[in-house]
Amino acid sequence: MLIPTSRLPVALAAGLVTLAVLAAASLAVGSFPVAPRELASVLWAAMSGGPSGVGDNARAIILEIRGPRIVAALAVGAALGAAGAAYQNVFRNPLVSPDILGVSSGCALGAVVGILAGLPAAAMQGLAFAGGLAAAGLVLAIGSLVRGHDRVLTLVLTGVVVGSLFSAGVGFAKAIADPYNQLPSITYWLLGSFGGVLPRDVTAAVPLMIVAILPLALLRWRVNVLALPDDEARALGVDAARTRFVVIGAATLATSAAVAMAGVIGWVGLLVPHAARLLAGPSFARVLPLSALLGAIFLLVVDTLCRTIVSGELPPGVVTAIVGTPVFIALLAASSRRAA
Amino acid sequence: MSLAAQGLAFGYPGRVVGRGFDMALEAGEVLCVLGPNGAGKTTLFRTLLGLIPPLAGRVTVGGTDVRAVPRAQVARALAYVPQAMSSAFDFTLLDVVEMGRTAHLAAFASPSRRDRERSMQSLERLGIGDLAERPIHTVSGGERQLALIARALATEATHLLMDEPTANLDFGNQSLILDEVARLKATGAAILFSTHHPDHALRIADRVVMLRGGAVLAAGPTSATLNSENLSALYGRPIDVLEVASGDGTRRRTCVARQSPPLN
Repeated sequence: MLIPTSRLPVALAAGLVTLAVLAAASLAVGSFPVAPRELASVLWAAMSGGPSGVGDNARAIILEIRGPRIVAALAVGAALGAAGAAYQNVFRNPLVSPDILGVSSGCALGAVVGILAGLPAAAMQGLAFAGGLAAAGLVLAIGSLVRGHDRVLTLVLTGVVVGSLFSAGVGFAKAIADPYNQLPSITYWLLGSFGGVLPRDVTAAVPLMIVAILPLALLRWRVNVLALPDDEARALGVDAARTRFVVIGAATLATSAAVAMAGVIGWVGLLVPHAARLLAGPSFARVLPLSALLGAIFLLVVDTLCRTIVSGELPPGVVTAIVGTPVFIALLAASSRRAA
Repeated sequence: MSLAAQGLAFGYPGRVVGRGFDMALEAGEVLCVLGPNGAGKTTLFRTLLGLIPPLAGRVTVGGTDVRAVPRAQVARALAYVPQAMSSAFDFTLLDVVEMGRTAHLAAFASPSRRDRERSMQSLERLGIGDLAERPIHTVSGGERQLALIARALATEATHLLMDEPTANLDFGNQSLILDEVARLKATGAAILFSTHHPDHALRIADRVVMLRGGAVLAAGPTSATLNSENLSALYGRPIDVLEVASGDGTRRRTCVARQSPPLN
C-alpha cells in the first residue's frame, strides 16, 4: 500500500489541486488557444460578475464551449469511477465494470431509438437514461425471480444475457437506420463524445450523479463488508440483500446519467478502481473517493487529448481503450508482483 | 445468555438435511458437532445463525427466536468463524478484523479510532498483532484462521460458531487453533465447532453431537459419547478409542481407525 490511511486526506487534496491545474490547462488549449492571463481574467469576471476586458470569442469559448465540456468530462469520469468501484465490491469481482448489468446496452438502445425517431437531443438523452435504468431493473427483477444458489453469479449472468438482447436491438436499429444521416450519429454516440455537451446537459446530469454517489459514500463501510461472502457479511450484521440492492441502484443511476450525457465510454469504470486499490489498498472507504478523483482526472486528460492531438476529434472511447489496455496489463502485473 | 435449538429440522425448501436436533450452549462450554461428509454441519450452522429459516422447530438466542432478532443484534451475540477466508480483494489482517466491529456501528458510520484499537487488541490476543498490516493472502493458513477468530472476538459476541476451523490446516496449525479455542473457553466464551477429527473433540469439547444420515446418532458428554461403538457407527468403519501416555506424563484418549486386511 503506497498511501497510509492517515495520509489519505493529504493525497486527496493533492489530487484535487492536480485536477484544478489540469482543468485550467485544458480550458486554455485547443484549436483556439487562450493565453493564461486572458483565461484568468475571464474566470475572475465570471465569478465576480464584472467585465473581463477580453474579447467575446475567448469568453464564449471558455465559458460556453470548453467549460461545460470539461465539467462533463470530470463528472462522467467521477461517476464511472465511483460506480465501477461500487460494482466491483458488491459483485466481489475486480473484473466487473459499470455496464455489468447491461446498463450501457440499455442506454444505447434508448439513444438509437431516439435517433431513429428523429427526436431532439434532450429527448434522446432522456430515452438513453430510461433505457439504462430499464436494463438494470430487468436484470434485478429476473435475478430475484431466479433463486439460484449464488445470487451474485445469477445477477452477472442475467446482466450478460439482457445486455446482449439490448445489443441485438441496437444492431437491428443500425441495420434499418438511414446510412447517410442516422447511422453516423448512432456510431458517433456509441463511441462516446463530449463534443456536443451543452450547459443544460451538465445541469441536468450532474445533480443526478451527486444523488447517486451520496448513498455510496454514506454506506461505504457496509459496502466494504459486502466484499465478503453473503453469509459472512450477514453474520457480521449487514443486511446483504438490501444493501446490495441500494448500492446497485445508486451505481446504475450514476452510470445511466453518465452514458446518457456522453455516450458509451468504456474502460474508466474497470480501470480506475484498480489504480485506486493499488494506491490505497482495497478498503472501500478509501477506494471510493480515490476512484471518483482518478476517474475525473483520467477522462479530463483523455478528452483534452481527443480534441487537441488531431485536427478533428477522436472519440474518447477509442482513446480510453488504447490507453486502458496497456495500463490494465501493467496494473495486473503490479498486483501479481505484490501478491507474490 | 444461551443459544438453544429445540426439535430443529434444517435444510432447504424441498430438501431436509437434518432433523430432531436439540442443543443448549452456555458460557464457558465447548460443544463439538461430528459427522461424515454431507451430514449437514454447515447447513446446521447457517440455521443456528439465522441465515436460513429452520424447516421445523426453532433456534433461540437468550430466549428469543433468532429469526425475529435484527441482524446487527444477532451479530453482537453470535459470531461466525467460516472455514476459510475468501475475498477477491487483498485486505490486510487489520481490515478483516475491523469488519467484526460492523454490528456496533450506526448505518452510515465507519470504524472509529476506538474500534481500530479494539480490533488491534483482538489480533494481539491471538498473538498475531505484528501481522496487522500484512495482506491476508500473504500469511499462512493458520494465521489466516487466527485472523478470522480475531474478527469474531472483535464482535464481542458471547457465542462463537466455528465451522471446521481446523480444515485445510497442517498438523501444527490445527494444534495451535485448538489451544486457542481452549483458551477462549477459559475466558468464558461459548463455543460450537464442527470437525472431521474426533481427536479434536476429545481434546477440547465438553459435549459432542454426532450427526449421520439427517439424524442425531448420539449426543452427550464427550467422555461418555465418544466411544468406539458410536464412532464406528458414525463413520461406518471400525474405530478404536485408545488411551495413551503423552510426553508430559498425562494420559489422553485418541481415536484410531482399524485397518482392513489387505485384499488378496
